[in-house]
This record gives sequence, C-alpha cells and structure tokens, in this order.
Amino acid sequence: MNKPAVFVARGLCKTYRMGEVEVRALRDLDLEIFEGEFVVLLGPSGSGKSTLLNILGGLDVPSSGVASWRDHDLAVADEATLTRYRRDHVGFVFQFYNLIPSLTVRENVALVTDIAPNPMNTDEAINLVGLMPRANHFPSQLSGGEQQRVAIARAIAKRPDVLLCDEPTGALDYPTGKVVLEVIAKINGELGTTAIVITHNAAIAGMADRVLHLADGRIMRVDTVARKLTPAELSW
Amino acid sequence: MKAINRKLLRDLWQLKSQVVTVALVVASALSGFVGSFATYYSLVAARESFYESARFGDAFSDIKRAPRETERRILEIPGISDAETTVVFDVTLDVPGVAEPIVGRMIGLDEVRPPRLNQLVIRRGRMPERGQVAEVVVSEGFATTRHLGPGQTITALINGRKETLSIVGVGLSPDYIYASRGGAFPDDRSFGVFWIGRERLAAAYNMEGAFNHVAVRLAPGASERGVIDAMDRLLEPYGGAGAYGRDEQLSHRILGKEIDQWKVTGTLIPTIFLAVASFLLNVVLNRQVATQREQIAALKALGYGNGALAAHYLLQVALIVFIGTLIGIAVGAWFGEGVTGLYARFFHFPSYTFVMPLWIVLTATAVTLFAAVAGALDAVSKAVSLAPAEAMRPPFPGTYRRTLMERLGLGHLLTPAMRMTIRTMERRPWRALLTTFGIASAMAIIVCGMFWRDALDYMVGVQFEAAQRADADIVLVDALGPRVESEVARMPGVMLAEGFRDVPARLVAGHHFYRTAILGLPADGELRRLLDDALNRIPIPSDGILLTDRLADRLGVRVGDSVLVETLVGERHKRLLLVVGTVRDLIGLFAYMDLDALNRVMGEGKMLSAVSVRLDASQRDALFQQLKTFPRVAVAASKIAMLANFRETSARNVLFFTSILTAFAAVIAIGVVYNNARIALQERSWELASLRVLGFTRGEVSTFLLGELALELLAAIPVGCVLGYLLSWAIVRMSHHDLIAIPIIVAPRTYAFAALAIVVAGAASALIVRRRIDRLDLVGVLKTRE
Repeated sequence: MNKPAVFVARGLCKTYRMGEVEVRALRDLDLEIFEGEFVVLLGPSGSGKSTLLNILGGLDVPSSGVASWRDHDLAVADEATLTRYRRDHVGFVFQFYNLIPSLTVRENVALVTDIAPNPMNTDEAINLVGLMPRANHFPSQLSGGEQQRVAIARAIAKRPDVLLCDEPTGALDYPTGKVVLEVIAKINGELGTTAIVITHNAAIAGMADRVLHLADGRIMRVDTVARKLTPAELSW
Repeated sequence: MKAINRKLLRDLWQLKSQVVTVALVVASALSGFVGSFATYYSLVAARESFYESARFGDAFSDIKRAPRETERRILEIPGISDAETTVVFDVTLDVPGVAEPIVGRMIGLDEVRPPRLNQLVIRRGRMPERGQVAEVVVSEGFATTRHLGPGQTITALINGRKETLSIVGVGLSPDYIYASRGGAFPDDRSFGVFWIGRERLAAAYNMEGAFNHVAVRLAPGASERGVIDAMDRLLEPYGGAGAYGRDEQLSHRILGKEIDQWKVTGTLIPTIFLAVASFLLNVVLNRQVATQREQIAALKALGYGNGALAAHYLLQVALIVFIGTLIGIAVGAWFGEGVTGLYARFFHFPSYTFVMPLWIVLTATAVTLFAAVAGALDAVSKAVSLAPAEAMRPPFPGTYRRTLMERLGLGHLLTPAMRMTIRTMERRPWRALLTTFGIASAMAIIVCGMFWRDALDYMVGVQFEAAQRADADIVLVDALGPRVESEVARMPGVMLAEGFRDVPARLVAGHHFYRTAILGLPADGELRRLLDDALNRIPIPSDGILLTDRLADRLGVRVGDSVLVETLVGERHKRLLLVVGTVRDLIGLFAYMDLDALNRVMGEGKMLSAVSVRLDASQRDALFQQLKTFPRVAVAASKIAMLANFRETSARNVLFFTSILTAFAAVIAIGVVYNNARIALQERSWELASLRVLGFTRGEVSTFLLGELALELLAAIPVGCVLGYLLSWAIVRMSHHDLIAIPIIVAPRTYAFAALAIVVAGAASALIVRRRIDRLDLVGVLKTRE
C-alpha cells in the first residue's frame, strides 16, 4: 500500500465492566489502516471487534494505548472533540440499524444532513441505496434489508471519510445481505471512502483489501487479498 | 423542520396520554397560582377602586355625644384632610315573617349636603328625599338575604318608639362591605345597615346639633398614629371611645383577611402540584431516555453533541410545560374570574374588573419551567452521559437482591408475584417512595379542602355550646341596675337569666395595645363559661383580668404580668390590672373580669349592659315578639339565627373549596398512578409477555404489575393523613386570621373520604393500564431486544 495510513493504533487496551464482571476487550493491539482501504474484521464473539470499531469511530476511548485518525488523537480526546470527529468524518452502520423509529427514511437521513458540514442531498443518498420509492416510509414499514440500506444512506449522506460497519448483514438473509454489501462496496469503490466492516461471516472477507483476524482482544493474523471479489461473486 | 425536532414531536405523540396527564398536573399548579393571585389582585383593585370612589375614611372614632362645632376642630388637626360626622344607632327591627329581632344599624344621612366620606352608592331605587322623614336606604347584603327592596316597609324600634320605615333604595358603602355587628363573620341575615335622614335620627335620640361617629381622611404622608392620638385628646371629653385606623375597622379587617387568603392558597397548593409535576416529569423522561438508549447512541454516533441531546430532551419537557401552561392559564383565568365574580357579588362591590397581570403569568410560567427542568435534569444528564459504545450493547440486567423479608427467612410467606413486586420496589426505593408521596399529597389536598368543615363544626361546638351557652343575648341601650335581670327572668319562655357587663376598652402593655371589650361575668354564671385548652372551666377570680390566649400573645403578656386598662365608655378610667389567667376562645379577642370587679373599675354599683337567657324553645317567638317592643333593649341576638347564618356562609365556602380541591387532587392522583403504571408496563412488558408465554393468565400478570401500585397506594393513605393534617396546619398558620383561632381538627370522615377518593382515582388509572396488559403483543414484545 502506497497510500498513507489514516488509522494508527499502538498498544491499545480496553477494559470495561458489565454488571459485576470485568471484561478485557482489547489487549495491547497494534493496527494501521490506509486511505481508501476496505478492511474486514473477522473473529468470534467477544474477540474485541466491536470495541475496536467503537474506538476507531470515536464512540469509546481506550483504557490505555494510542489511537489516531490522521492528526486526530482518538485516545485522549474529550467528548466534544469526539462528537465533532464523528459528525465530520465517520459514517456508522450497525447490525440492528439503530434507525429512529419515529422518523421516516428521508427524515432519518436528514438527521445527518441537518448537521454535517458538507452533506449530500438527502435524496441523493437515498438514491444511492435504491430506496427512493420508500423515502416516506417509517422503519417499521421496511424489511430488514431496507432498514439496513437506510442506515447506510444515513451513514454516507455526510460524505464520510470512513465508513464503519458492525455486522451490517448479521440480521439479514442471504440476498438482502448481498444487496447491502454491494452498496458498501460501491461507496468504497466510487467515493474512495475507507471502509471497515465487522463480520462473523468469513465469506465476506473476499471483497476486502485486507482481513484482520481478531481473537481474545488481539489481532492474530492479517490476510492481504490478492484479488478483490465483487459481492456478486461471494457466496456463503 | 429539522429531523430531530420531528422526532421530538412524534415521540411526544407516542406518549400522548402521559403527556396529557403530566400537562394537567402542570396546568393545575399554574391555574391555582394564576387564578388565586389574579383573584387576589382583582379583589384588591375592586376594593381600592370602591374605597377611592366612595372616599372611604382612613381613621374613625365613636363618641358618646359631641357638638357639631367639634367637626371644625377635628379638621384643624394636622394630617387630617377631610372629616365627616354623623349619628349612628343600633335599633331593633321587626321584619315581617321573621320571629327573632334583627339588629338594624341606622346611619344618619345629611339631607342638605351629601356625605364627603364613606359615601353611599345607590344600587337600586333612590336616596331618601329631603323632608321625607320615614324613608330609608337598606344595605344590599341584608336586602338580598331578607328579600327587601324599594316599596317595602319595615318596623323599627327607634329609641323606644315603634316607627314604620319605607325602603326607597338599596345601597352600599365602603365601611360596611362586610356587615357584621362585631363578630368575625358576616351577618347579613340578622344585621342590616340603614341610611336615614340625619336630622330625623338625631331628633329621635336627642342628638340634634351633635354627632357620635366621625370618619377622617389623612393628608398624604400624615402619621396615622399621630392623628389618632390627637383625635383621642380632642374627643375624650365628649365620651370618645378611642379612635382607630382602617386596620381595626371591622369590615376592612375581615375583608382584608378574606382577600389575603388567596395569596396563601395561591402559594401553598400550587407548590405541591409543582413538586408532583417535577417528579412525574422525572419518571417519564427517565423512562424515555431508557427506552431510547439505542437511539441516543445512534444520534451520538451520527455526530449529535451533548448540548444538542440535552436540548432535545429539555425541549420535550418544555413542550409539556407549554401545553400545561396554556391550559393552566386558560383554566386559571376562568377559575379566577369565577371566584372574583363570586366574591365581588358576595362583598357587593359596585364594580369589578377581573385582571390577570402579565407578571403573574410570566412568574408562574418561569417557576413552572424551573420546577419541570429540575425534575428532568437527572434524566437529561443520563442521556448526555450515556457512552455511545455502551448504549450499543443491550442494558445489563438490573441488579436485584433478595428482599428484606427473604433475608429474614420469611421468604416462604411470599408468593412469586409478591416477591417480584417487593424486589422491584426495593430496587427503586426512591421511585416507590416518591410515588407514595405523590399519591399522599393528592390525598392531603383533599383533606385540607375538607378540614374547614370539621374545624368549623368544632369551633361551633366549643364556642356556642360549651362556652356561650345562652340561647340569646339581650343587649341594653344603656347599662341598667340589677333589677333588669329579674325583669327579663319573668319574660315568657325565659328559664334562666344572667346579667353581664360589656365595656369597650383599650388594653395597653408596653408598646402593644388592643381595642376590645371587657366582659364582666357573674362568678357563678351558667350561661357563659371560660374554658382552658382542655375545655375545662376556668373559675373567674374576684380580682384581676383574664385574656383570650391570643390576645395575651398579641399584647406580649403572661399570667402574672399587668396590663393597663383604659375604659372607653362614659367616664374614662385607667387601671393597671393583673393578668390572672388566659382563656381558650376560638372566636374573637376578649378580656374577662368578675362582674363586680369590673363595676368597681367603672366606679359604679352593680350595673348590667346585657342579659343572657336560656329559653324554652316553644316560647321563643313569644319572647322575641315582646322584646321587639321593649324600649330599653338595643338588640336581642339569637344564637340559632347566628348559627344558621354562620353555617350557611361556611357551608357555601367549604363546598366550593372542597369541590375544586378534590378535582385538583384527582388530577394529581391520576397523574401519579397512571404514569407510574404506564412506565412500569413499558419497563416490564418483556418480562410480562414472557410470563404470559409461560402460561400465566392476564389476571396473574396484571397482579405482578399492579401489585406494586396497590402497595404504594395503600402506603400512601396513612402518609396522606399525616400530610393532610400538616398541610391544613400550614394553611392555618400562614393565614394569620387574628380574630378567629381555627383549630386543626380533622374528623375521621374527612380522612375516609380523602382515602376513598384516592383509591377510586388509583383504581380507575389501574384499570386503564390493565386494558393495555390485556392487549400485550406477545410475539412483538419478545422480538425486541430489551
């Protein structure tokens, strides 16, 4: 990769408490992710994928270690700085979509275009995910795949520098999952947005530039993909 | 509109029934505040406008008999800008169809020159015509209760001569807005004020060229105290009974207390509503934030900052307050206008305008908003501090513990439903406690609306049954020798007659003073008893003076101290007397002495100014008929008539307050119970649906949920009794009603009614929520993550 590294992490550790149990989610993790790259994080439940993604997305801060995006230090930033970072640079897609149920498709996307500095037109974003006919529907009127596409439209509407997806196909059936992956690939390919995708599904790894295998809070292995597949070529 | 604001509106719409119930509590607080204060200011304005247009006096004095030339000398007193003299006499009236004698106060009206002060406002009919000696104008209150009007006649015993007077007008004057012969309550049934030609009235009492009452207006900046002292010095030789300012003018004083009452009502009750509203907003918003954990996380992930999120949730609160405010202002205006009209008619103000100053509305809104935000702050800070990464994870199951009962080894006594209920309450002790308090405060409001009836019943029992045991008091025109007692005793139906003496006096102790009457009572009398705190009879010592306990407090004296007594009738006497005891009077501030001791102070032998009688009820009318013609009787006051009037007046006020406060309380009770039930349902729908899936019936599942509320409701009843008592106590304490000591007596029936009302409101709310439990979507609930 000749492109510069946008994300850099060194010695990253994260410990948190869940009720009375202490969970060590990340243990001394090192990482570099490059501009425009498509990275898949693979690993079993509890391997630290979501925690890593949350830290890279400015949703959480590490217990110790260094994490940065370009010149933004994500490890020691305060709440306001992280909010600004997310608003300006990051698009999120979650497994459970996290749409606002009281807002329509267009309004959910407008939540972002209302506050982002250089957003797309709301309808343009909806068009990118092919949901124009459903723009005035509420989340409860959409299928799971459609909801996830709304979440993607909402994530990309701000023209993010990075797109972070946590199990974007986890709750979807096979064909719907493929449609969603095609949208993500399109964003990465056409807009050059750096994409990091968490998945349980090893087959998805085929469309990535690199695959990071996580286990027990560490990166155990890094695979560089020789020939990127299109989502259509994937099967699982 | 921004998307986030659309979310806000739709969220509120989702919660509409809760929004409405909370907004109604806010509206109650606001309408109570706005309505009460607007009533207060409207009544004050109406009173002041009447006082000003009719030129109400600033200071007054009653005199035995002063020549009219004295008026000029009064006007020369520095600080007096105007003075008006007249003659005033109380007479016995014979109103057709009314058995007992009625007291009429005859006020002389100058036929040549209309009065400059305490002007008479004609409401119907006209002024008496010059030279028409038998024409009178009657006060509106009396005319209304006794159905009198122009064209009718009444018979009066004027200085012993029976005269027929024709009513030509109905009128009002600022000095008799509250018409009473001296009690603490208006007495429009048995006390009427009449205006009659001055010359005519003066002639009947040999008062030509003289006066016995004067009112003065003070020049701007004049010292009332200085003027009163100068008037006293000037009028003393003429039998001046001591001048007094507006503060001691009976009508003004009682009116002031009535009007001031609205400030107390407008402060205390809305405060409770605000506290409850604040609590409800706290619960509702906390639930909202808990439900929207993932939405909050998503918004944060999208880049919405803490400020935007705080504003988002605070705006929800502001909107609820806004809805409540609009309703509250409308209801407050309606309620205030209604009450103002009611009172203005009751006081017979010639005109009134309902005013609701903007500052009242603004203050109310600001205070309400403050209380609401205070209640919401905790939930908002939770929303703000929610770490987005954490919010993405499902909430960790709440930490529950074994209940205290289980830890004590009594767990086997609890059914699973009871265990769930108690564990839930123990887990959120504050919410359970505040819910209990919220319901209890609703009950307290009902108790304090109804306790007046109990207090008045008690007062009547103590004052008119235990202390004043006479069926009637026959008041004489002038004090007479002891023979009058035996004369009265021989009258028809009189079973027992006891003479007493009533001497107006000024009591002075240090820099405190008070004008009242000293009652000289026979030591072994049966018809008037002095009672202590425990209602035991206090013997009357042969020397010294006894004071109503509140009068002793007012004068700052205790038993063993001395007070200076200045008598205000006939020859003035000043004596230093030892306070030998205090008396628990509930109505009025009086001083008591042994009859002989009082007569010694007056330098006279055994003289009586009134005779109390116990009557054979069957011959009551015959006695009153005879008294109406008895020339030396000024008035005959019948206890039955007085009590009827008292009960009528108080019953009307109590009914009014009870209805309004019960309605308010129902709003609180429903607000608290309903919201808590709804929130419990939201929080536990997953759990309840799981139970339904496991095979529990709807009824069983409902007990899991509503059991908690039933427990809280049950716990609220004793707390509500205590709070109700304390609230009643606070209202009485804040009212500072100096003429009457309102006892804090709450009868069991009042507690019972309040408890019943709360249970009904609670049950109604529970039933509504129960219907939602029945409609629980089992599959849908189980599919959600929480």
